[in-house]
Amino acid sequence: MKSVPVFDVLVIGAGVVGAAIARELSRYKLSIAVLEKEEEPAFGVSKSNSGIIHPGTQNPAGSLKGRLCLEGNILIREISRELGLDFKEAGELIVAFTQDEIQRLLTIKSEAETLGVPGLKIVDMAWLRENEPNLNPEAIAALYAPSAGVISPYRLVYALCENALKNGAEFYTQTKVENIIFTKPGFEIQTSKGMFKARYVINAAGLYADETSAMVGINDFRIAPRKGQEFILDNKKENLTNHLIFPLPSKVSKGILVIKTADGNPMIGPTAEEVEDKEDFSTTEEGLKKVFEGARKLVPSISQDDIIAYFSGLRPASGDDFIIRYEDKAPGFINVAGIQSPGLTAAPAIAKMVCGILREKGLQLEKKEDFICEREKPIHLFNISLSETEKLIKQDAGYGDIVCRCEMVSAKEVQDAITAGARTMDGIKFRTRAQSGRCHGSFCTTRLMKILSEKTKTPLTAITKSGKGSEIVKGERVSL
Amino acid sequence: MCEKDLVIVGAGPAGMAAAISAYESGVRDILLLERDQYLGGILNQCIHTGFGLTYFKENLTGPEYAHRFIKKINAIKEIEVSLKSFAVHLTNENVLTYIKPGALEKIKAKAVIMATGARERTREMVHIPGTRPAGIFSAGLAQKLINIEGLLPGREVVIIGSGDIGLIMARRFILEGAKVKAVIEIQKQSRGLTRNVVQCVEDFGVPFYLSHRIAKIHGKNRVEKVDVVRVDEHLHEVADSMFSIECDTVLISVGLIPENELIEMAGAVIDKKTNTPVAQEINKTSIPGLFVCGNSFKIYDLVDSVSKDSIHAGYQAAEYIRGLG
Repeated sequence: MKSVPVFDVLVIGAGVVGAAIARELSRYKLSIAVLEKEEEPAFGVSKSNSGIIHPGTQNPAGSLKGRLCLEGNILIREISRELGLDFKEAGELIVAFTQDEIQRLLTIKSEAETLGVPGLKIVDMAWLRENEPNLNPEAIAALYAPSAGVISPYRLVYALCENALKNGAEFYTQTKVENIIFTKPGFEIQTSKGMFKARYVINAAGLYADETSAMVGINDFRIAPRKGQEFILDNKKENLTNHLIFPLPSKVSKGILVIKTADGNPMIGPTAEEVEDKEDFSTTEEGLKKVFEGARKLVPSISQDDIIAYFSGLRPASGDDFIIRYEDKAPGFINVAGIQSPGLTAAPAIAKMVCGILREKGLQLEKKEDFICEREKPIHLFNISLSETEKLIKQDAGYGDIVCRCEMVSAKEVQDAITAGARTMDGIKFRTRAQSGRCHGSFCTTRLMKILSEKTKTPLTAITKSGKGSEIVKGERVSL
Repeated sequence: MCEKDLVIVGAGPAGMAAAISAYESGVRDILLLERDQYLGGILNQCIHTGFGLTYFKENLTGPEYAHRFIKKINAIKEIEVSLKSFAVHLTNENVLTYIKPGALEKIKAKAVIMATGARERTREMVHIPGTRPAGIFSAGLAQKLINIEGLLPGREVVIIGSGDIGLIMARRFILEGAKVKAVIEIQKQSRGLTRNVVQCVEDFGVPFYLSHRIAKIHGKNRVEKVDVVRVDEHLHEVADSMFSIECDTVLISVGLIPENELIEMAGAVIDKKTNTPVAQEINKTSIPGLFVCGNSFKIYDLVDSVSKDSIHAGYQAAEYIRGLG
């Protein structure tokens, strides 16, 4: 029988948490495998994230969420510099409409200050008029948190994965974990692509973290999906607001927000609905209505005509706090579960925490001298000037070959995205923005399919939206 | 920065007619930009007949109709054609920037005609709830996949909306051996031409549901089914009227919206509802020397009318240039 290599650490899930952990671990002399059931990283929970880098204003000081959010907010800046990501420190405003709400803002402020959130201040009506002219004039004050920011959630995942890969981590996509056998010591991980062995297993399986954990006999938590519907506005509305706009939070969520994004298009949402089905990514009429009402309470000028796209995401919620722990009942198994908001922000801090747990539990972490901390920044014509574009076109004619007209994406960017790992139409969309504009891919789909087909030597009929079963076409036209 | 008398953006039926007419009206320094690799625009994928009945008094296919103009354009050496050329910026002084493989060019034009056509309204613009699997296409994209790329987008199709492209695609899918299970139209009557309703839907026995709309799209990886409901005269859902249709493909044919992002960038006044330029006279904008013709000026039913009005745009631009002295 062929012998199966034993990885030092095996990470289940290539969302932002798994990717951040893999990248952090790749600093050390370890063999690392990342298993992802989908065709590409970031295709689970992470793809429908709002992209907000939270300042830490809405989590108790004693919680993992609070501590890791605050730490992640700092780490994300360094990661963005190293990995060539556009992090924008937009700042956030939590808006109050009544005197009572101002009292609540003061409570939030003092709790956040205990946690250590920097730069908080209460701003008045005059400040709001000056700095946020489209805000509902009935707003009387807001809590301003300058350290809030925005980032592209999927490009963050891709950057982390690419860098981890460069530093030796191995990625296995379309590899679904079916069972885990505790071999004392170590684990055998049975997957849809065969068996893997590892000394340590990190469960970052998002919505499926409970089921994965149960495979090693730890079943004391349940992931309860909480749906969030979000609606994307035309990028003509980029300057609708100057900050992220929040209402006062409710018990279960931060409420309906007006969100700036790293790509320009504002977004409104999300809803917070408990659902049973972990695959229920549908949007509803009620969802639209609710989001629309909530968003217009903050910015009354938002119109339904501004909406160009919408989607649903599922938060992998489990109780009030993150579950990040070494399982003594299955030594070598670490659960990283229930990572809902502020999970994206916290991910880099979670990664460091997991490394700390591994070290404490006896894994030797010896730094690589040749760790490559940087990644070359991918070029996106949509966020550079025309004079820079002109220079690029002279270097490579492919930058002048525009594929996606709504978002101005060139053939060269698409080819680079495929070189970096895109294998599906969604993968191209998340990396380049092609198909994400107002025409929704009507004009560029065929060209993108052809580029993907040529570069990956795949027939056009096998090109998928997001993996097997989602082929764009049903076959070739039958010639009579 | 180089200079040109007239720059025309878009070489579909509108742009080509405007270019020829401007030449015939005396303009001798014309640049015609086309983002695709060939002239003719969307006509190239419209392989059905019905074009030219009023303009040429003949029944032509889209490519045949386009070819008559392409031949003329190619014969006029004063019309410089630049393919794979994508306009990215326009100012209110008619300075136009475009890029093409290998170059970025900036041109000061005496007059500009925008003949940029239209895009299809999307599922998102009519807020159809549900999932977002593979198998949801704009009717025009499905047409391109079949007629240009030789691919079959789906086998069991439901068409949402009864715009002309959707109706024509009903017949096209059937001819390719696919099953068209329904055309669903929210209004009481078809949006498309009567001849298309008769020849593309009724003649093939396709169920045509008027006063109905899609309540939800289902499917994880690929479309699996749609829920349909009847609506009353206020377009409100009729209680207990829901039924489902199994299908693997949904075509969206809910109208066109003019592409006027560049003139908006230049500062021309735009009607937010229709996305068309606000102007006193056909083909004009609020910016002197900036003209818009064809489907970017307003949505036409027939290409014959596009040609007629775009010829007028070429003439208007020539007059304007002459007036500058």
